[in-house]
Amino acid sequence: MSDQKRLRVSELDGVCVVEFKDRKILDDAQIQEIGQEFHDLVEVEKKQNILLNFSHVEFLSSSALGKLISLDKQVKQRDGHLKMSNIRPEIMEVFAITRLNKLFDIKDDLPDALQAFRG
Amino acid sequence: MGDENNWLWSNQETIPSDTAEGQRLIKELLTQLEIAQWGSHETFGIHLAAEEAIVNAIKHGNKQDPNKSVEVDMRVAKERVLIHITDEGPGFDPHAVPDPTLDENLDVPSGRGVMLIKAYMTEVEYNAKGNSVRMVKDRSEP
Repeated sequence: MSDQKRLRVSELDGVCVVEFKDRKILDDAQIQEIGQEFHDLVEVEKKQNILLNFSHVEFLSSSALGKLISLDKQVKQRDGHLKMSNIRPEIMEVFAITRLNKLFDIKDDLPDALQAFRG
Repeated sequence: MGDENNWLWSNQETIPSDTAEGQRLIKELLTQLEIAQWGSHETFGIHLAAEEAIVNAIKHGNKQDPNKSVEVDMRVAKERVLIHITDEGPGFDPHAVPDPTLDENLDVPSGRGVMLIKAYMTEVEYNAKGNSVRMVKDRSEP
C-alpha cells in the first residue's frame, strides 16, 4: 500500500520531511492523491512541522499550486508550520509570477529549512 | 494570414475531453521543441501554457463531457511556436478572472492558469466567445 503513495515521508529533528516521488505534478488523479496525502498528514497524523522538499520536482501545473495553497492553509489553521525547500529555478519563477513566494515560507535547502524550524 | 513561419512541425487534431489525450499531444509538442532545439527555460514556459490551456478547455470549457471535443492546432518553428485551442463550452471572459496575485486572493487555490499562460507566452488572444485561445511564443533565448 505504502508503495502506491505519491509522497515519501520521513522524520528529521522533529520535522516531517515530505518528498515528491513524481518529477512532474500535473495529472488530475495524481494531484488529487497528493492532496489526500497532504490532508492525512495534517488531519490524521497531526503533523505540525512540515517541510516539502521539491528536489525531484521539475514541473507543476496550476492545479498542483492549488493543493500547495490548501496544505498551507490547513497547516496554519492547526497552528503548524509549513516550509518548502530545494526548489528549481523554473519552479521558483512560477512561484514568483503568481506571488506565492510571498505566501509560502521558502528556504534554499534542507539544512537551511531545518535550521529555520529550530529557530 | 500567410504562413511565412516555416513550420518544422504542425499538428491539427480534434481530441475527446480526456486529459490523457491532452497529455499525449503535449508529449509530442515537447519532442518537437527538443528537435527544434528550443532551450529548457522557454520549453518549460511553453509546456506550462499548453498544459494550462488544454486542461482549461477539457475541464472548465467542456466540463469533461465525453460528447464534446477539443480542437488543438500546434506548430513549431525555429523561432516561433503557435498553439491554438478551441473547446465546445460556453466560453469565459479572461478579463473577469480575479487577479490571483492580489493579497486578498493569494490563498485562493484556483485561478492561476490564465495568468501563467499570459506570463509565459509572447501573444495570447481569446476569441469573442471566450472558448478559443490562440497563443504564440517568439524565441528570445539563443
